[in-house]
Amino acid sequence: MTCEQLKKIAAEKADLINVRKIVREQAEKLAENTGYRKQVLVCGGTGCTSSKSAEVIKQLENSFKELGIDDVLIVKTGCFGLCALGPIMIVYPEGAFYSQITPEHAKTVAEKHLVKGGETVKELLYADTVNKDGSVIPFAEIPFYKHQMRIALRNCGVIAAESIEEAIAAGDYLALMKVLTEMSPDEVINEIKAAGLRGRGGAGFPTGLKWQLTKQAAGDVKYICCNADEGDPGAFMDRSVLEGDPHTVLEAMAIAGYTVGAQEGYIYVRAEYPIAVERLNIAIGQARQLGLLGKNILDSGFDFDIHVRLGAGAFVCGEETALMASIEGKRGEPRPRPPFSAQCGVFGKPTVLNNVETWANVAPIILNGSEWFSSIGTPTSKGTKVFAVGGNIHNVGLVEVPMGTPLRTIIYDIGGGLPNGKRFKAAQTGGPSGGCIPFTHIDVGMDFDNLTAIGSMMGSGGLIVMDEDTCMVDIAKFYLEFTADESCGKCAPCRIGTKRLLDILKKITDGKGEPEDLDKITELAEHMKSSSLCALGQSAPNPILSTMKHFGDEYLKHIYSKQCPAGVCKSMLNYYINPVQCKGCTLCKRNCPANAISGAVKSAHTIDTTKCIKCGQCIAHCKFGAIVKK
Amino acid sequence: MAKKLFEGTAEQMSRLMDCINANRNEQGALMPVLHEAQNIYGYLPAEVQTVIAEELDVPLSDVYGVATFYSQFSLMPKGKHRISVCLGTACYVKGSDKILEAIEKELRISCGECTPDKKFSIESCRCVGACGLAPVMIVDGEVYGKLKAEDVAGILDRYIKD
Repeated sequence: MTCEQLKKIAAEKADLINVRKIVREQAEKLAENTGYRKQVLVCGGTGCTSSKSAEVIKQLENSFKELGIDDVLIVKTGCFGLCALGPIMIVYPEGAFYSQITPEHAKTVAEKHLVKGGETVKELLYADTVNKDGSVIPFAEIPFYKHQMRIALRNCGVIAAESIEEAIAAGDYLALMKVLTEMSPDEVINEIKAAGLRGRGGAGFPTGLKWQLTKQAAGDVKYICCNADEGDPGAFMDRSVLEGDPHTVLEAMAIAGYTVGAQEGYIYVRAEYPIAVERLNIAIGQARQLGLLGKNILDSGFDFDIHVRLGAGAFVCGEETALMASIEGKRGEPRPRPPFSAQCGVFGKPTVLNNVETWANVAPIILNGSEWFSSIGTPTSKGTKVFAVGGNIHNVGLVEVPMGTPLRTIIYDIGGGLPNGKRFKAAQTGGPSGGCIPFTHIDVGMDFDNLTAIGSMMGSGGLIVMDEDTCMVDIAKFYLEFTADESCGKCAPCRIGTKRLLDILKKITDGKGEPEDLDKITELAEHMKSSSLCALGQSAPNPILSTMKHFGDEYLKHIYSKQCPAGVCKSMLNYYINPVQCKGCTLCKRNCPANAISGAVKSAHTIDTTKCIKCGQCIAHCKFGAIVKK
Repeated sequence: MAKKLFEGTAEQMSRLMDCINANRNEQGALMPVLHEAQNIYGYLPAEVQTVIAEELDVPLSDVYGVATFYSQFSLMPKGKHRISVCLGTACYVKGSDKILEAIEKELRISCGECTPDKKFSIESCRCVGACGLAPVMIVDGEVYGKLKAEDVAGILDRYIKD
């Protein structure tokens, strides 16, 4: 394919995509150019697919046949970000946002809205998009989207995820064309450096510098790698990019290949992401077919191809040297650095390894310039960051905001606050390597340095919100269970350290903690930080250290008073029946597997705490809320 | 317990050989081949590992080393219906440990085990990325989300019946 052909595809399909970006009146005019009266976008990301979005699409197709609708386009996209409301369906040009759609709902929408002269079905719209007076606001103006700025996710939920033509129309591969026709490798490096782009995978290493070091390294064979081994539980932004806009990753890797002098690339992706893997393979096939991967790309003489390698469920493979060992077909164990991967990476050759979200930022920087990118964010952290917001929060989903956005904005304005009227207790960032942010720091600007300063870290961008019912010691134990399980076992500080830390935490949550345990934790943590081989072991103590720092009183209560203030740690709880609320219905008594409850009909029952096994059956069966844990 | 001999079909072996031949000259072929072998057989019995080692000219110890390193590869056969419960953070804060407990109780086996009739096996997994539906369990690739412990029996019933 030539540059002219690429531009032609981009121009021909441009309006199809623009309809989805511009609001109402203008979009209606544009829609006339596209040949489609309306477009229905249905999310085909993992979240919505799990809640049966494929059946919604099937129903729409059937309804269209029955109703004779042939001028409405159905588009299966990647993730819209608001996963809690899936499956999501958006109708353009009006931008009507239908949430939690079932096949029956889809049928209704087809019959009442998508037919000629139809009207939006207000009952099925996401409630936040309907004003009190009944008027409908386009979804882009609701609080969840209004505060966001989408760079990495710019095409996710906008384009058909399996169409290279739509990707090109949305701008993919135009940056590659610009680089191949107008820029020298050094100019590309300078642009990325000037933009101030830092790696989004966790460590925040300057991307431009990484490319420069690899370019300068000696050797004819070099590799470009993409880290899509998103192991941090609760983080799913990389998956969403791969599912929603896979071509932007391929394009950026090709740009880096041209820049550092590499002809081959590997994408290392989790096998737990079947949809992402499938879309990547489709995208690579399409790009090869159009000559955007392979030999002599866009007649420039530049060759580049990409292979997909599947992970197999090892968290440590997110670490760069372990990831490269795994690509080589070995046990995914890290090795000491130096040599760094810029000199000695995959198969011993100089290698650039960047995370998916980092790659997704490359093309916009090339197209819009480094000045534009560096004007966003904070002095040390430029651009935006995608957070996967989960846990006890209304709007679970993906959120992309400028670096430095206060945590409060993310949780309350975008996330919609906590459900069930519960109070915010902490937000956990950085996964098993990160820490907890307490309420006192809720106004912290989320960037690399601020998070490190308060004892957490950016990590890949998982952000789990926890309410007042969460026990922080239990959460620390949860993360240590994870790291102890995932420690590869190569170095002693991590292998033994994680196990011992976990033992101490188990002891504390079992009500057997002693005051000196806290000193032991601190000492052991310091040793692990200073002597573990890779970041997994070095950062494994972070969840304990940060919860000890911000929630020290909870540890003290567990140790000195043998109490779990949040009522989570089983061993410290006892079940009691409140005699005022108990109606003597005998339901709890009949369901107690340990025969620990006694009492006559219509009189208050009591629990024999020595017999009670704390299974919770009584609470589950009590209709009067009379049983309490304390 | 008497060791049950591995039984593979000729068709399975020919699929395995196709995969080995397709990857033979690739750098780092072992992982893709093991993935496919596990797809074909459902697990990685010693006999299959031996074939892979010989064909790819890799020491058997390396094959075993890789097969045991990664949690997705299994040396034990799995049940007809594979249940996995997400214990990722988002699911954990929403009580997925209680879901796992309910499944264990219902099937009377522990996580990582297979029922005596080989019908069900339970495993835990780390984040399938469906955090919007937390807590989730996956049965044979089908995702069940926003679960409560009392939903478990009903879901398992559908699989017990067939």
